[in-house]
Amino acid sequence: MKNYTDTGKKDTRSGFGAGLAELGKTNENVVALCADLTGSLKMDEFKANHPERFFQVGIAEANMIGMAAGMTIGGKIPFTGTFANFSTGRVYDQIRQSVAYSGKNVKICASHAGLTLGEDGATHQILEDIGLMKMLPGMTVINTCDFNQTKAATIAIAEHDGPVYLRFGRPKVANFTPEDQKFEIGKAVQLTEGNDVTIVATGHLVWEALLAAEELEAKGISAEVINIHTIKPLDDEAILASVAKTGCLVTAEEHNFLGGLGESVARVLAENKPVPQEFIATKDTFGESGTPAQLMEKYGLNANAIKNAAEKVIKRK
Amino acid sequence: MPHNTQQLEDFVTQVRRDILRQVHKVNSGHPGGSLGCAEFFVALYQEVMEYSTDFTMDGLNEDLFFLSNGHISPVFYSVLARSGFFPVEELATFRHIDSRLQGHPTTHEGLPGVRIASGSLGQGMSVAIGAAEAKKLNKDSHIVYSLHGDGELQEGQNWEAIMYAAGHKVDNLIATVDLNGQQIDGSTDDVLPMGNVKDKFLAFGWEVLEIEKGNNIVEIIKGLEEAKALTGKGKPVCILLKTVMGNGVDFMMHTHAWHGKAPNDEQLATGLKQNPETLGDY
Repeated sequence: MKNYTDTGKKDTRSGFGAGLAELGKTNENVVALCADLTGSLKMDEFKANHPERFFQVGIAEANMIGMAAGMTIGGKIPFTGTFANFSTGRVYDQIRQSVAYSGKNVKICASHAGLTLGEDGATHQILEDIGLMKMLPGMTVINTCDFNQTKAATIAIAEHDGPVYLRFGRPKVANFTPEDQKFEIGKAVQLTEGNDVTIVATGHLVWEALLAAEELEAKGISAEVINIHTIKPLDDEAILASVAKTGCLVTAEEHNFLGGLGESVARVLAENKPVPQEFIATKDTFGESGTPAQLMEKYGLNANAIKNAAEKVIKRK
Repeated sequence: MPHNTQQLEDFVTQVRRDILRQVHKVNSGHPGGSLGCAEFFVALYQEVMEYSTDFTMDGLNEDLFFLSNGHISPVFYSVLARSGFFPVEELATFRHIDSRLQGHPTTHEGLPGVRIASGSLGQGMSVAIGAAEAKKLNKDSHIVYSLHGDGELQEGQNWEAIMYAAGHKVDNLIATVDLNGQQIDGSTDDVLPMGNVKDKFLAFGWEVLEIEKGNNIVEIIKGLEEAKALTGKGKPVCILLKTVMGNGVDFMMHTHAWHGKAPNDEQLATGLKQNPETLGDY
């Protein structure tokens, strides 16, 4: 099994900030809009370097989404920034009509997704956003796993013509993907090779999946870990090729099991090659206050939970 | 362009026929608000706006228009077609399956002249502001126009947008409110009293112009020219356009009853008789 090294803990939102700053230098059509969370979204550098292309809209997310849609008319590539909850649920109809149905080239960039937002509690911990966004026709949905990948994804989506939902988080987590990676939308990244079980993970759960794979290896179980940064369009081929070898699968995400990655994968399996699947996800519940680690433990979203799910699903083959 | 008053009024008469015939054919659609705004659309597209019918989505170096209250699509479609954006014959496909003329306007089917989907209310002001900000970045001195229903102002997003436009000096925007005092369930005062709309815009820091005779095309053109003269001075401009819903078809006037109802055969005949053919039916 290939080993991955944590090069030092960093937050994915800083990866977004770094990617946006880079885009500011390389693409003059990129504009940024923020709803009073510039620091939280790490948009300060872009703002400082390109004040004329930075639009502070205040605590008015609906107006932000509509403005972003309007700015595409004139060739701009707007990146909106706020928390995941306010990026999606609060403005669903604005995204649906003014962005998705209108086919506008807006990049909806969402931080503080999921339970790892931590102490602020359930009002801010959205666990339904992947489902909301993936249901919109034409919307690309990406959930990145570390600083390097988030930076690469931020840069890559500017080149993609169409609406994108880019989801990342608040806490500092392992930074383990290559700094010089080329981010390909819709292309899964196989991290380890294995024959006994496939683990398809997204976002913060990718690193946990790698930790789980190490523990499984110690027990003589070889796990194939796939980093599925793009939930839509889903890399069906990569998933099917892997389960053709392993015959079972665990999906892992920081999201409700209703509407999340797991359901998308289950559809692909049901249509092509049904195999046993276990879901690492929240189970139709809201979150609560706590440290990220406490919450991920309580709601069963860590390496240990993935390891147990893998052992269980192998027995179901 | 420019046209004399008779030519413009003839244009309006034909647009009224188009509105009635579109909604009658499919027995659905929104004639009341469409008729109320016929003169405004003709003034915009025949006299005031600078645009190319060689449609591009980006609309660089031309004026742009956004319809926020998308349900009045029949008047929008008629005026776009008769201004040269697409063949007038296509009006016959309004609300039909496989048509570019959807019930509410959309970019999804590629209809020239439409730059945003609208219908779910309250979103067009934000879109217009975004397009206006893009024009500033592009050093494009043309103007962005938008139209909103008065009942539509009950949607909160408008007030986010209204606050932004004044606070950020979006002074290349002319937003018109169709002040007809009616909405689906009755008069705006009965449904949700709106208070003094003019004072509200003024309090938010906008320039406000009132067009008392919002169905008089000469008055509308005069008002739009005054509004244009107010752009570029640090404030967004609002026009309060006082219209009569259903204008030009006597039994449809001064009531919300025809907000979203089509005329029957007899009513169509009456409406068409009151508005004889001028530019040729599609």
